Amino acid sequence: MIYLDNSATTKPHKEVLNTFIQVNESFYANPSSIHEAGVEANTLLDRARGQIADLLHTQEQFILFTAGGTESNNFAIFGVPKANTHKGKHIITTEIEHPSILEGVKSLQNEGYEVDYLKVDANGVISIEELQAKLRKDTVLVSIMHVNNEMGAVQPIEEIASIIHEKSRATFHVDAVQSFGKLPIFFNDDAGPDIISISGHKIHGLKGSGIIAFRKKMNIIPLLLGGGQERGLRSGTVAVPQAVALAKAARMAIETMDESSKKYRKWHNDLLEFLAQFGENIHLLSSNKGAAHILSFSVKDLKGEILINALQKRGIIVSTSSACSSKQKKTSHVVEALDLHSNYKKGVIRLSFGALNTDEDIIEFKKAFTDVMKELKGDKN
Amino acid sequence: MIWKEILIRYGELSTKGRNKKDFINRLRANIRHTFMDIAPLAIETERDRMHIKIESEEQYEVLMKKLPTVFGIQSFSPVAVCSKDLDEMKKLALVIMEQFKGQELTFKVEVRRSDKSFPLESHEIQREIGAHVLRNNSNISVQVKKPDVELRIEVRQDAIYMMAQVIQGAGGMPVGSNGKSLLMLSGGIDSPVAGYLLMKRGVRLEAIHFFSPPYTSDNSLQKVKVLANELTKFGANIRLHVIPFTEIQVLIKDRVPSNTTMTTTRRLMMRIADKVREEIGALGIVTGESLGQVASQTLESLTAINDVTNTPILRPLIAFDKLEIIDIAEQIGTYETSIQPFEDCCTIFTPANPKTKPKVEKVNYYESFTEFDELIDRAVRNREVYKFPEENKVKDKFEGLL
Repeated sequence: MIYLDNSATTKPHKEVLNTFIQVNESFYANPSSIHEAGVEANTLLDRARGQIADLLHTQEQFILFTAGGTESNNFAIFGVPKANTHKGKHIITTEIEHPSILEGVKSLQNEGYEVDYLKVDANGVISIEELQAKLRKDTVLVSIMHVNNEMGAVQPIEEIASIIHEKSRATFHVDAVQSFGKLPIFFNDDAGPDIISISGHKIHGLKGSGIIAFRKKMNIIPLLLGGGQERGLRSGTVAVPQAVALAKAARMAIETMDESSKKYRKWHNDLLEFLAQFGENIHLLSSNKGAAHILSFSVKDLKGEILINALQKRGIIVSTSSACSSKQKKTSHVVEALDLHSNYKKGVIRLSFGALNTDEDIIEFKKAFTDVMKELKGDKN
Repeated sequence: MIWKEILIRYGELSTKGRNKKDFINRLRANIRHTFMDIAPLAIETERDRMHIKIESEEQYEVLMKKLPTVFGIQSFSPVAVCSKDLDEMKKLALVIMEQFKGQELTFKVEVRRSDKSFPLESHEIQREIGAHVLRNNSNISVQVKKPDVELRIEVRQDAIYMMAQVIQGAGGMPVGSNGKSLLMLSGGIDSPVAGYLLMKRGVRLEAIHFFSPPYTSDNSLQKVKVLANELTKFGANIRLHVIPFTEIQVLIKDRVPSNTTMTTTRRLMMRIADKVREEIGALGIVTGESLGQVASQTLESLTAINDVTNTPILRPLIAFDKLEIIDIAEQIGTYETSIQPFEDCCTIFTPANPKTKPKVEKVNYYESFTEFDELIDRAVRNREVYKFPEENKVKDKFEGLL
């Protein structure tokens, strides 16, 4: 099987799994317990926290462990506005965010918050001018993803951050689930985000583990209430094995980032060239300006599902625009936002690379895709 | 990297005429000890200052990070070097002033021309470099009397040395220059601060802790070890003597009226500490007592406790407010450790109503029915000694997991 669906999830690294098992075997005590085993587990947890804090250029106490990207995003979306109602009730986000952001703000809208959705251009990038125009005195939160999960568009985080911090008192949240370990993303005073969300399973870590990280002390209300773990901000016994495994996966992702992004860019360019030969049968959603690990395109007058089945028969795993939306019948909101011609709306598929892919995988994909096109489109191309 | 050496200005040492040489040697030895991990360091000493040569970026970073904690240093400056050529000097001056970009500030150029053969006179150098810096930095203006920044240029035999930044040192005197004392380290907020203040005055420390398992947990002992280890970052090794105290404490509870147990406990601790002090050749005993803070720290209590020894008891916090003590504990990084909520030996045996004004005669009378001497000897004999800084064992246990 050639797995090219790494933006849906990744296969955990062996080293990460080993950590998970070892911590479960040796340090399973509750890190809040005062006995020796608990203190030991807590020491290990703090080490994991410290390691991630270093990678994100913040302090240890500003790293909280969550159950994944969705929880981290929800936490930011609900926690910041509700703690800052005295400043206002206005939120800005984009049309192409992950559902864990969009559904969150939609629910806030029902509660009386005002939300502005920034439009994106054909490359999936927002307009700084529009952001500037929408920022208001009472804007409390701006949430913008770094890399789009369906087509790889990269937002200019630094530029966005400096405008937000200059023009408003809003907190800037960045959903970095698809970018961490692929592109540099970290805190950098006023030139960067205030909150970052990260998911473990997108970086060859484990499902059910994530991080929400803060640049400084935050005014934020917790989602989960209970025993007051994680400085009262995220109750629930902290999953030490997941946390340590995540720290390891994050370290490995950052350490290999230069090397792997070079590899992904090479494949990305190679495939752009390859797809060009199919002429108007193929419409690219991704461009060479986007993230290198995501390549999404659409085949004219075909359903994505049919392409996926045909490729799968040849041992190749890809997905439609995103795993979350692929089971739903309607066209994805990202595809809608890109304003595609109707001939191309149904046939979107996404390739996403990971650390375990090889040059051979790409060669195999090209072979299989050529066959599939012949089979489905005949010799007309 | 432009920085080639760090210039260190001594603290109070400059004023101490005769012992100066000893002090300087002590400071040099302490610096070597503190920076063992980036050894070897080339250190040159002069009458009123010291130069550390920098050979790598790593050395520079470690020095800048840890030098502010070394006692006996008034201030220090990273120094850049260039050849004895006016154009080179101008270039370097701009690079050095670069760090103040964006700040509105005043400056002046100060020249020390120890190589008298250098063609330019001091005031000519001042004029040339000053004008050049001003031309290139609109945010900087001249102020001769009280400038924000002094760009110091030294014309030495071998090259030109330049610096602008003056970083505050920890002050005080090099640890070890004022003998050795034994610190009573409880695990609370006060005693590490007391130890720190004495270290600042050049006193080398060993520490003593009274351990009463199972009434106190391994965690509370662990906490004391961490505190002892934290104090070592001020430039000296520390040995920690852990006294098995359960037997004595239980006996006191049994034999002495409950409102006097606290005073007696303190007196016995003091006797034990005094024995250990004698064995290790220390001169004084240091405590974190602060007048009136708790029942055992009233003048009457202190008198009753002090009655068991003639050794000088050093109480640097005696006139400090709790909040002042907490401030220092936060600065030196012991506060977070101290407030971890583990039972220590004082909290468990504390009677509900301890006497705040114990009478020495009465305490002596109550204690006279029990033979404590042998128990004291045994506790001293059976003490466990730990040495810090300790290689962190926990680290090894987690090796590979992260």
